[in-house]
Amino acid sequence: MSAQRGFDRISQAGKVPPPDERVQILVVGGGIAGASAAIAAAKAGASVMLVDENPVGPGLMGLDTPLYFGGRYSNAVQAQGRMVEQILASNPLLEAAFEAGVDVRLGVYVWGAFTPGWGLASLPGAIAGLADEERAWTVGFERLILATGARDVAFAFQGWDQPGVMGARAFQALTGRYDAFSGRRLVILGTGELAIQTARTALAGGFEVAALIDVSEAFQGPSSAAAELRAVGVEILLGQIPVGGPGGVEGVEGLAFRDLASGATRTFACDTVIEAISLTPVVELLDVLGGAIAPAPLFGGHAPVSPDGTATSLANVFIAGDVVGTPGGVGMDEDAARVSGHRAAQAALVSLGHDVTLDPALAHEPGFDALAYQMTWARALMAEPDVIICQCEEVTRADLVAVKPPTYLGPPSPAQARRDLASLLEDGPPNQDQIKRLTRACMGPCQARRCREQVALTLACASNAAPTDVPLAGYRAPVRALPLKVLAAWDESPEIARYWDVWMGIPGQWTPYDDIGTEREALSAGILGEGGHA
Amino acid sequence: MRGASVIVIGAGVTGLSSAWWLARSGADVLVIDKGIVGWEASGRNGGGASHYHSPLFHEEQRLWPQMDELLGYTTEYRRERVIFATTEHHLDNYRRMAEICRGLGYRVDDLDPAQVRGFVPLAGDNVTGGIHLRFGGQANPQRTVQAYAWALQDLGGRIAQHTPALRILTEGDRVSGVETSQGVLGCDHLVVAAGPQAEALLAPIGLRLPLAPSRAEMIVTEPAPLMPVGGADGNGLYGRQTLRGNLAYGGGPHEWLEVDALGPRRRPSTPVLRNLARRVAELLPRGAHLRVIRSWAGVVENTPDGRPVLDRPADPGNLTVATMSGVGFGLSPATGHAVRDLVMDGKCSFADLGKLTLARFKDTPLDWRERQGWLPTTHEEALAAMAV
Repeated sequence: MSAQRGFDRISQAGKVPPPDERVQILVVGGGIAGASAAIAAAKAGASVMLVDENPVGPGLMGLDTPLYFGGRYSNAVQAQGRMVEQILASNPLLEAAFEAGVDVRLGVYVWGAFTPGWGLASLPGAIAGLADEERAWTVGFERLILATGARDVAFAFQGWDQPGVMGARAFQALTGRYDAFSGRRLVILGTGELAIQTARTALAGGFEVAALIDVSEAFQGPSSAAAELRAVGVEILLGQIPVGGPGGVEGVEGLAFRDLASGATRTFACDTVIEAISLTPVVELLDVLGGAIAPAPLFGGHAPVSPDGTATSLANVFIAGDVVGTPGGVGMDEDAARVSGHRAAQAALVSLGHDVTLDPALAHEPGFDALAYQMTWARALMAEPDVIICQCEEVTRADLVAVKPPTYLGPPSPAQARRDLASLLEDGPPNQDQIKRLTRACMGPCQARRCREQVALTLACASNAAPTDVPLAGYRAPVRALPLKVLAAWDESPEIARYWDVWMGIPGQWTPYDDIGTEREALSAGILGEGGHA
Repeated sequence: MRGASVIVIGAGVTGLSSAWWLARSGADVLVIDKGIVGWEASGRNGGGASHYHSPLFHEEQRLWPQMDELLGYTTEYRRERVIFATTEHHLDNYRRMAEICRGLGYRVDDLDPAQVRGFVPLAGDNVTGGIHLRFGGQANPQRTVQAYAWALQDLGGRIAQHTPALRILTEGDRVSGVETSQGVLGCDHLVVAAGPQAEALLAPIGLRLPLAPSRAEMIVTEPAPLMPVGGADGNGLYGRQTLRGNLAYGGGPHEWLEVDALGPRRRPSTPVLRNLARRVAELLPRGAHLRVIRSWAGVVENTPDGRPVLDRPADPGNLTVATMSGVGFGLSPATGHAVRDLVMDGKCSFADLGKLTLARFKDTPLDWRERQGWLPTTHEEALAAMAV
């Protein structure tokens, strides 16, 4: 029965241009895990490109992308050349990667990755989208190793939108990789391993640490660490909720907190508040690729589904380092990151036909339930409903729970005023993407880098649901916000330009109804052609 | 869960509007959906409401300015549209479109480049001219689908999310109900507005609705200052500046897909988003510095001729089929009215739908998708076809 197979020239098939560059193994992320993976793969004879976005341009740093920098960086970040030197100096493995023959690209963003599969038959192979501050281009890969690390889970309190409130991972980056931290005196939120590590880093770097503060009544780390910190003058305050504090043009000048039992408030002078409650894996590229991601409470949030901490649900994509998971909400130590990187490289090499054996995996410390600890913070902060939770779109915690439309739409109609989260819950479990569309929380330029996790946790609190029951709000390309003129395909193929159509290009779709079946039908199809969709 | 007098399969914009119209007429309505309301293409489109080619056009234009009041919820509808060109070729097309609209009795003004820049300050020196539709306009799809859903519930209608329809049940020559993941639900009348899944649902009861799913993509930027006319597009793009200020535009190559009974597995964007970015930067060069913050994609169903099916076939006599062939959002206020008429009165009261019946596909060959090239096509297959 088969007639000649037709071909739809308006469709995408055959139009996605071949990548501008090709490499066998593409590694995203030049930390310990990614650089170790790149070196191991190159030493085995593979062609390897290692892409790292640091130094990140000041525009994205201002959007707290990729990390929650909180504006506490010095002008040094403006000098990209000096920053590149600093980044190379901070991680000797990058130098070693150069020497091993790895094509190392610093200051290059990976804004997307696409692999053939359901719904993407038309791709000419697996492709990653790259960009710098000037232009975007693509690289084809056979295997991809994601070593994209971890981000901070932030929590909104009064005044958290001032400069000087930042995340622990960002603090680590600014004091280490960038050497551009501009704070002096810190208050740290959290008393778990992440907070303890942060305090130690700060003290070793010569910064003052005024206090560690927790909403929990219990110190989360070992009691020996509490004693160690107290011995050097760090106060540890439990059962306290941050409620704001003085600020000025330079941002935070202090942090006030309230005792949850007595209601008494107290203020610490500080120029920086570091949220060191929990890290969470950076799964954004895996989500864009369509890889499986699942709630993993012991890993600090949503993590890649992986049988061995190396493979993903996609045969050509592997993971290394903190993206695998952040047990206890804390990052891997250097040894673990190195092993993880080596294993990812070995698994990628095996899948390419190399005869190598995987190193044994390091046993994971089970750690504590990082998601439960995040929920402890989220629950306590429900007592502060009028705090902006989405900084980009200025949505408060109360607005979120009320599913309140944005203020630019004017006062809600009477029917709208009767609707809230409870009325949505009558129809099913909370869906962050649906509520986002109605409230605009998570829809701003930072694309929820500051609020994704806490919005999900707040929805869980407000609906008495487990945090694992709130689906992950999806990531989409470009996962780095790039200007139109940078992302644009200025060199687009003639095929795309020639057959570009506003819609599906179906002949006669826009024929005026009255003309259908009349002699005018052919005429209107001819004159409208492309572009008739309105 | 109990059945209803009328069950609507599909909580997309067509199904929700139909149910809302039916509830306004006092019908006991239940909408069932595999997922949540408006989750597929209904909530992911350009929001345009200026479909001069459709028999529902006049009703579309009559209804949109009233929709916020009728629904009781805002749709973010804004009237009027500026379509402008950066090439003579596009401008010719737009001027012909204007002629058709004038012929239908609607006001369209021709604009010179300076006038275009007055309405659309982000436009540049490359403008060749444009047209100003004094009708039509755009709404926010995400807010509108929820408005339909809430308005339906306010009238006593019910929505069962996460309840996929598995099979249409018949007794004799009548539809008796729907088998769902939550059990059998009885009904007196069934409306199938199930998007790409409609073909597979209808086939077992002997109704042929040939459909081919495809994916369309859009991008959105960070907010820019509001322009006098937000409904501004052209240069091969459809889209708008949202009331928040974001620029949201789509267009360009689609991809043909296979979708099974549970719907699209994914809604991926592709590297084509770079070509969209280029066209937005060309259309609005004074906004070329704006950051693209996100892309998205929607999966729509297409009939072989790209035109809707709005039909209540004679057999079975208590079933109505509604697909808009991928162009459903803007027309939805009128589509719901038409479906309400078909269900309650057997006939649309305000427009001739005689050219939108299922019967037109009775001679469509079984391998029509293959013949039209509307199947998923690999890069290699495409290169071979392009070389011919």
